[in-house]
Amino acid sequence: MITRRFLRQALPFISLLIVLLATFYVQPRAMSYFGLNLMLQYAIPIALATIAQMFVITVNDLDLSIGPFVGLVGCIAATLLFEQPVLGILVLLLLIAAYGAVGALIHVRNLPSIVVTLGLSFVWLGIAVLILPSPGGKAPDWLKAIMGVQLPVVPFPIVAAVVIGLVVHVALMTSSYGVVARGAGGNPKALTRAGWSMLRTKVIMYMLAGFFGVLSGLALLGLTTSADAHVADRYTLYSIAGVILGGGEFMGGRVSPMGAVVGALTLALAGAFLIFLKISPDWQIGAQGAILIIVLALRALVTYGEKTA
Amino acid sequence: MTGFLARLRNSGWIWSFAAAALVWLATIAYTGGQGAGEILTAALSFATFTIIVGLGQMMVITSGPGNVDLSIPATITLAGVVAMKVMDTDTSRLLIGVLAALAAAMLVGVFNYVLIRLLRIPPIIATLSSSFLVLSTAISYGRGIRIKPPPPLAEIATMRVLGVPVAAILVLLLSLLLALVLRRTLYGRSVLAVGQNMRAAWLAGLAVDRTRFLTYVLSSFLAGVCGILLSGFSGGAALNMGEEFLLASIAVVVIGGTSVAGGRANVPGIWGAALFMYLLVTMLNTFGASAGIRLILTGLIIIAVIVIAGGEKEQR
Repeated sequence: MITRRFLRQALPFISLLIVLLATFYVQPRAMSYFGLNLMLQYAIPIALATIAQMFVITVNDLDLSIGPFVGLVGCIAATLLFEQPVLGILVLLLLIAAYGAVGALIHVRNLPSIVVTLGLSFVWLGIAVLILPSPGGKAPDWLKAIMGVQLPVVPFPIVAAVVIGLVVHVALMTSSYGVVARGAGGNPKALTRAGWSMLRTKVIMYMLAGFFGVLSGLALLGLTTSADAHVADRYTLYSIAGVILGGGEFMGGRVSPMGAVVGALTLALAGAFLIFLKISPDWQIGAQGAILIIVLALRALVTYGEKTA
Repeated sequence: MTGFLARLRNSGWIWSFAAAALVWLATIAYTGGQGAGEILTAALSFATFTIIVGLGQMMVITSGPGNVDLSIPATITLAGVVAMKVMDTDTSRLLIGVLAALAAAMLVGVFNYVLIRLLRIPPIIATLSSSFLVLSTAISYGRGIRIKPPPPLAEIATMRVLGVPVAAILVLLLSLLLALVLRRTLYGRSVLAVGQNMRAAWLAGLAVDRTRFLTYVLSSFLAGVCGILLSGFSGGAALNMGEEFLLASIAVVVIGGTSVAGGRANVPGIWGAALFMYLLVTMLNTFGASAGIRLILTGLIIIAVIVIAGGEKEQR
């Protein structure tokens, strides 16, 4: 059984390696500092959004609003944060607090998170459209500088991904509070009986999701340099797919931060791979679906029999 | 009388109808009673499409926690494209076009369940991945010009009797049929039982697999019906014609009082919720709200409805 468990945890990394090797095979020139930088830079905001989604999935909820939220953060950062930094930071903190409030509302009234966050996605998009009716605004220079950092030897996106994954891994998988948080997804009743506040746990997890959503929006703006309310609409689905590709489950607090980051990298890389493959644009999106299915089919093969054991 | 009222309050669907009526009254109060009938007629014709796919989504969501069909928009597009292309504006090919489109749609449902059952992919990801493939198929097959629907199809889709769209009447019959299926047939009762507790249903000897399989195929079939009607209604198929139905199909199910945890369906609620969603947009347009305000209010009202209607009661 140890090998099966190991395989299960290793699978996201193996999938990434396969996609990476396939990309290098099709386009050998991608195997360079510059090539990797270019292919993986957009993986950073996706990875951050995936981590945000993972926090919500940890407590058995689902966030359908993360995409529009990332877009909204970009719009605020390209206008308010650019013109009045202090006010901009305050508004972003307010957004994180709003995420916490939503978590509290969902818990106290025992509401289905899918519906509440569905409604919320309209609210975020609406505010973003009010701020920036058409694409525009300017990214603060320090954001562009951070996202454009040239590290020696190892490209910045890879270092950033490892750092993000490690920090969240230490916090969620090794700290005692991380155990409580995952327990909130595994067995909320046991947790309540042990004297932990489910309300507090959910609020904290939602606020962490909001925090990483803000980071994702800032990172994306640093790359695009101007904002658009709709720029991250796809992130909702990317983030869910990233968590699942990384070995997470929808129920039971079973998540993996490193896996989630690797899942996001795989998704971003798959996009580049398909472009190098020069398949017809008609089939670009279909091929992405096929890659998702193949990776998950592999996982089904590896974990086959795990539940009956 | 109080018993009746209490039952109404607990029915789950009364809220969506009350909200729809409230929004409609607010709109005609603003216009001074002008266009009250026209607004209702328009609401009925547009809500019809959401209701068709909402019914399919309702069956899927009812079949258990975690079940959801995200491939509905792509299936709508595929069915629309196949129907228009096979019919090729030729009235004599109407029937074969409808059959081809429905077959293509149902194939998507079969594929979805193969992914869910054989590869054990969570439904939300399985239907999402398959929707990518389906959309690519539709794009590549439907390449090129916009083909108009044959005249009879356009007529059926837009015909009205005394201000009531014929399509809405047909969908009303479909809804009644589905409500009957849920209440009176082995399949319908199985969907509810599987949704409440899959293991218990399996131990009780119900055909769990067949029930779930049929449910996913039914959802795709209804998405196909929606795609055909919608292309008749709007003068052809478009590659983005299904887009808005992703969120709408889920929203009407939940606002209508169907349990997200599964096992409890609500057919009338789908009607109330779909009418409410359309009337809400109409009201905000009448008030002259900007796109941003319209989005914000739509979101807040969805949240308000679910907060007022209350969450899930503890099941065990």
